[in-house]
Amino acid sequence: MATQLKDDTQTHDDAFRNEVREFLAEHFPEELKGKGNLLAGLDGPTNESPAHTKWREAVGDRGWGTPTWPKEYGGGGLSRSQAKILDQEMAKVGAWNPIGGMGIMMFGPTLLEYGSDEQKKEHIPSICRGDIRWCQGYSEPNAGSDLANIQTFAEDKGDHYLVNGQKTWTSGGQWADKCFALVRTSRSDKHKGISFLLFDMDAPGVEVRPITMISGTSPFCETFLTDVKVPKGNLVGKEGEGWTIGKRLLQHERTNISGGGRLAEMMGRSLGDIAKQHCETEENGQLADAALRQKIANFEIRWNSFLLTARRAMEESKAQGGVSEISSVLKKAGTKLAQERSEMLIDIRGLQGLGWEGDSFEDSEMEDVRAWLFGKAATIYGGSTEVQNNIIAKRVLGMLDHQ
Amino acid sequence: MAVLNEEQEMLRDMARDWATNKSPVTEFRKVRASGEPEAFNRDAYAKMAEMGWAGVIIPEEYGGSDFGFMSAGLVVEELGKTLTASPLVMNTVAASAIVLGGSDEQKSQWLPKLASGEAIATLAIDEGPRHDPEKIETTVWGGKLSGTKAFVPEAHGADLFVVAAKDGLYLVEKGDGVSLATRKLTDQRSHADVTFDGAAAHKLEGGGDTLLGDVLDRARVLTAAEMLGMAQAVFDTTLDYLKQRVQFNQVLATFQALQHRMADLFADLAQMRSAVEGGLQAIDSGFGIDRAAIIAKAEANRVLHTVSNEGIQMHGGIGMTDEYDVGFHLKRARVLEASFGSSSQLNNRFASLAGY
Repeated sequence: MATQLKDDTQTHDDAFRNEVREFLAEHFPEELKGKGNLLAGLDGPTNESPAHTKWREAVGDRGWGTPTWPKEYGGGGLSRSQAKILDQEMAKVGAWNPIGGMGIMMFGPTLLEYGSDEQKKEHIPSICRGDIRWCQGYSEPNAGSDLANIQTFAEDKGDHYLVNGQKTWTSGGQWADKCFALVRTSRSDKHKGISFLLFDMDAPGVEVRPITMISGTSPFCETFLTDVKVPKGNLVGKEGEGWTIGKRLLQHERTNISGGGRLAEMMGRSLGDIAKQHCETEENGQLADAALRQKIANFEIRWNSFLLTARRAMEESKAQGGVSEISSVLKKAGTKLAQERSEMLIDIRGLQGLGWEGDSFEDSEMEDVRAWLFGKAATIYGGSTEVQNNIIAKRVLGMLDHQ
Repeated sequence: MAVLNEEQEMLRDMARDWATNKSPVTEFRKVRASGEPEAFNRDAYAKMAEMGWAGVIIPEEYGGSDFGFMSAGLVVEELGKTLTASPLVMNTVAASAIVLGGSDEQKSQWLPKLASGEAIATLAIDEGPRHDPEKIETTVWGGKLSGTKAFVPEAHGADLFVVAAKDGLYLVEKGDGVSLATRKLTDQRSHADVTFDGAAAHKLEGGGDTLLGDVLDRARVLTAAEMLGMAQAVFDTTLDYLKQRVQFNQVLATFQALQHRMADLFADLAQMRSAVEGGLQAIDSGFGIDRAAIIAKAEANRVLHTVSNEGIQMHGGIGMTDEYDVGFHLKRARVLEASFGSSSQLNNRFASLAGY
């Protein structure tokens, strides 16, 4: 009986694998091989080539950019094992998921959990197709780590809210079509006065100004909201539930920032191999600088145990049917290691590893410089390392609040 | 914690229960007080063997349960928590040498005894204070082995030594031509310089050229499993202490300066556990063992080093006293860190394996 069941599953999986292979052969163009945009959604839509658009549409039509989301809302409706097969087959041919951004990583999963059926029908399909870009209206000038201190106010005007205030660090705000935001609907209670509201970025009264970062790029914006009219139907959950819903969304954000797979992709080649290109080696191929060699090996060992930890967190979550308690350490550990790697690349390349512009630097070298600088944000956004430490100490370790 | 099967869960629960109730740190204190150089309780070890723990990696046909290294690691971790003094780790690793490289006859002769606890085996590899398997002077002429091994762990209780000579691994029984000079280390467990003077030796002919390396990988991973238990125990004890100690009219656990350090240790401990379990699983799967073993031991070294220091610091003055257990963990930690590869040696090995 059990064997029979296993054989059926096996046949089923094989059939699906063939389906995926045929799909990739037909739709994934050679020119996009290995060019997956790791910061999809943080980048401008103007960068999208015609081939990219075609690929996005092909994947979007199948719902395979969101493989495990329900089919009725435009997702792939795949089982976990099928999604894994999809991943494997895509990786084999250097294909990548063209549907990205905050809609997939954070907002979609949250709306699936808390949204009304009407809201899901309105928003999820366009996320699955990658047609609509979402941005996050959370932080404010006086609400960073103390996020619940938001002051942007949504005043009840009967059939709509009138929203006034300022959001900041709005990732991709200048390219986004819509925003999911935390707003205040009551001033009487810090947490229970917060609601989760959706609005259009082209609504009258929404003004966006990109912020230039130390990396020279402007992936974040300031968003000014002046008398913005938002229909009541755009409230997710009830008034006052915004903090609960918003925190749930942050869990998705943390998981994505630290997702072992994504970071592994970002890490690319082994530091040892890069060092062998740039630094002196002995006859036997060993790096001549013994201290550097030690440092690299030490990093790679810790990086590997982080990857093992990310995998373990996933396995435990699956087995327990809930989030494993070690998930809480992934964001903090993964971002720190990524920063350390960037610093080591500079160490390895010397001044050649600090190029800002010009033909004398490889694109990859300059990208690494920008990534090194922009990477400093990773331990600040999505709940800073200090906030993560508070969460671990209080919620996981049961250490008490200061009296 | 890795997702375990039912067998493994039962084994771990049994080990946890026994270590907590029958072998708390007070038992190690008794062993220490006895001053016996072999430094373990024979009755306790007999009990452990009776529960099947000495034969976890030994094939069923030779009297073991063949549960594998993951299972052995679970038991060793629990015993590490309470600093249970026993030759279990070394006996397991020595048995693995015979499993990997022994003839049918050698297996039949030794494995059933090692599984039942009737005999105890250990490894005698290094010839100096720093782990260095490349530097071996011990030689064998006409079946007679000569050389001196330094700081051999569990030497006093061992009936059988798995000895590294220039041309491979040999089995040598205690007795004629084998003499011990005790080297009492800070962990107050059994260590001795062992001099072999023409002792009768039988080569482990199987296992190929990599036998010594393969056995050392197993030693690294199982040692790391003991270290994992120790690090977990220090962390748990320290957390408990911070939750009850009051200064400035505040429980220490409310101070953010301490909360964030505990969060750091928690994250480190999570990585250490993944690395150790990764090593154990690699041995059982037979895939990528050398690399996984380095990662396991290197992470165990790094994290236990930090946790044992922080444990003392966060306990404050009381952590400096012999009355508190945390100091025992610190002393044992450094001995295990130096055994089978210090951090810098492991880094070097990792780089060599990766080709840079």
